[in-house]
Amino acid sequence: MSSPDRQIVFENVSKFYGEVLGVNRVTFALDQGITSLVGPNGSGKTTLMNLLTGLITPSRGSIRVLGLTTRQPIEFFRQVGYCTQFDSFPPGTTGYDFIFWPLRLHGFGSKQAAKLTDEALERAGMAQVAKRKVAGYSKGMRQRIRLAQSIAHHPSVLVLDEPLNGLDPIARAEAIALFESLAKQGLHVIISSHILEEVDRISDRVVLMSSGYVVAEGQIREVRKEVRDHPMQILVRCSNAARLASAAFELNHVVEAKILNDGCGVLIRTRDAEQFYLLLNKIVCSGLIEVDAVAPADDDVNSIYQYLIGSNGGPV
Amino acid sequence: MSADDVIMRARKWMQEQPWELYGTQVSVLVRNEVRRNLFTRRRLWVYLLVVIPVLILLAHNLFGHDTTDAYYIETETRVLAGIVQLYYVRLGIFFACMGIFTWLFRGEMVERTLHYQFLVPVRREVLVIGKFLAGTLIAIFLFETAVLACFYLTYSRFGAAGRAYVFDGPGLHQLSAYALVTALACIGYGSVFLALSLLFKNTIVPGIVLMGWETIAPIFPTWAQRLSVTSYLRHLCPISLPVEGPMAIFTVVTEPVSPVVAVVGLLCFSVAVIVLSCFLIDRIEITYTVE
Repeated sequence: MSSPDRQIVFENVSKFYGEVLGVNRVTFALDQGITSLVGPNGSGKTTLMNLLTGLITPSRGSIRVLGLTTRQPIEFFRQVGYCTQFDSFPPGTTGYDFIFWPLRLHGFGSKQAAKLTDEALERAGMAQVAKRKVAGYSKGMRQRIRLAQSIAHHPSVLVLDEPLNGLDPIARAEAIALFESLAKQGLHVIISSHILEEVDRISDRVVLMSSGYVVAEGQIREVRKEVRDHPMQILVRCSNAARLASAAFELNHVVEAKILNDGCGVLIRTRDAEQFYLLLNKIVCSGLIEVDAVAPADDDVNSIYQYLIGSNGGPV
Repeated sequence: MSADDVIMRARKWMQEQPWELYGTQVSVLVRNEVRRNLFTRRRLWVYLLVVIPVLILLAHNLFGHDTTDAYYIETETRVLAGIVQLYYVRLGIFFACMGIFTWLFRGEMVERTLHYQFLVPVRREVLVIGKFLAGTLIAIFLFETAVLACFYLTYSRFGAAGRAYVFDGPGLHQLSAYALVTALACIGYGSVFLALSLLFKNTIVPGIVLMGWETIAPIFPTWAQRLSVTSYLRHLCPISLPVEGPMAIFTVVTEPVSPVVAVVGLLCFSVAVIVLSCFLIDRIEITYTVE
């Protein structure tokens, strides 16, 4: 566990818009790495991000980012970059100016600001069109220029609200690679996205939201273990599927053992995965079967989302 | 806490502030705001407010050849005083400042771009000051140019007599007084409208109330008159205009105050309103959907 000065800490945070609930009693602490905010429309993801960056203030509770609050804007916004979902830009601005002038407000001199601008444009793949007016950009380009602005000052915390929206598959892959490399550099990267498969692939942990509440939070596998209503699914590719299935059925916690159509594997549904793995070890050690692969089949974001929120993981 | 403690804390706070950074930020903000707001199609009605008297005087110069006699200088001086003191100060600058200063924050809310200003390492107080200075520069530039143009057009057609009135007579003094009144009106109304834009989503109704207050303030006690921009400016106007008829509603009669007190008073009033704006900006949240 990191110290609170290296974490993003929400303590009992609530936000009400009049009588309308934004988020309620949110408490968590996030370490560095990639955290995904997942939930259906209106679940409070953007509210949570706006609270984190001080665009709105909590009705109750407190938020600290690396030990800082938005009451210390100079220190705070040197550490935080936020790529919002608002698809609007100052009228008449060019891509270059859109990044350069905020950097000047950070206190960077003209030369340093120009260098950082070029670097951010390069990283976002926007260097070629930087001198054009943003009004003439496509949706994907606007998304990328916002992303470039949010990373230009080398923040320690990067907050990205639906950063993959409007990006074509190549740009999306590049953006994901960028997020991964930033996380490897030790950044806190917080992403909200409705593309669950891609979020799942890169996330170190998830915060699952529904109707303004945090339904679950933590590393994906840990969250999956906590969902006890739905037995874990484990896929075992092995030589003697029938033998494994019958052995598994002898365990009380195994609720289903389904032999795959090709006969070379079993899909186990169990309420106690640890016990099943012990059984599997014993069978393999006894030489009764040969195992080619063992993999959890439903400890991904999509499954967790489905179990906890009840949708099929479509747009969220 | 003793007075010494307060002074020591204040001194420590002053020393801890990154004044150089604040200076850079204000200059960047002013530059960007002026570039965005000085010449824009959205300001066409403001330019019209500014330029109407100039166009009328220009037409008068081009077609009114019968009044170029030096005999008319006094009359034209009173016309110019009416233009500056009644039209510009009471109406033109009032409504232009309403348009310029309320748009500085409220406009960014409408255009959904204010969050960019809130996501940079700039104190919101610095943001208020930067935007106020930018608005003031824009308003002063537009109206000082217009007043200068009106002044030139008024006296240029009298030839040598006009030059004599300006350089050897009271002309330059009047011009400097008009310049001062114009600048102070921009500062005073600007600060008030900036604060109103942070208090209200729609500033038209508060603007009308303010106009009414500026009109009736003279009937209130002296302390209440100090809350009116026009009551300060009245003492700085070089020509006394006894207005009759419907325009009388725009004249004010206040207790006599020395020009220095009027200038310092208006500046203090504006600083107080800007300080209030610095508190108000902290309440602003980015909730574009309700704008």
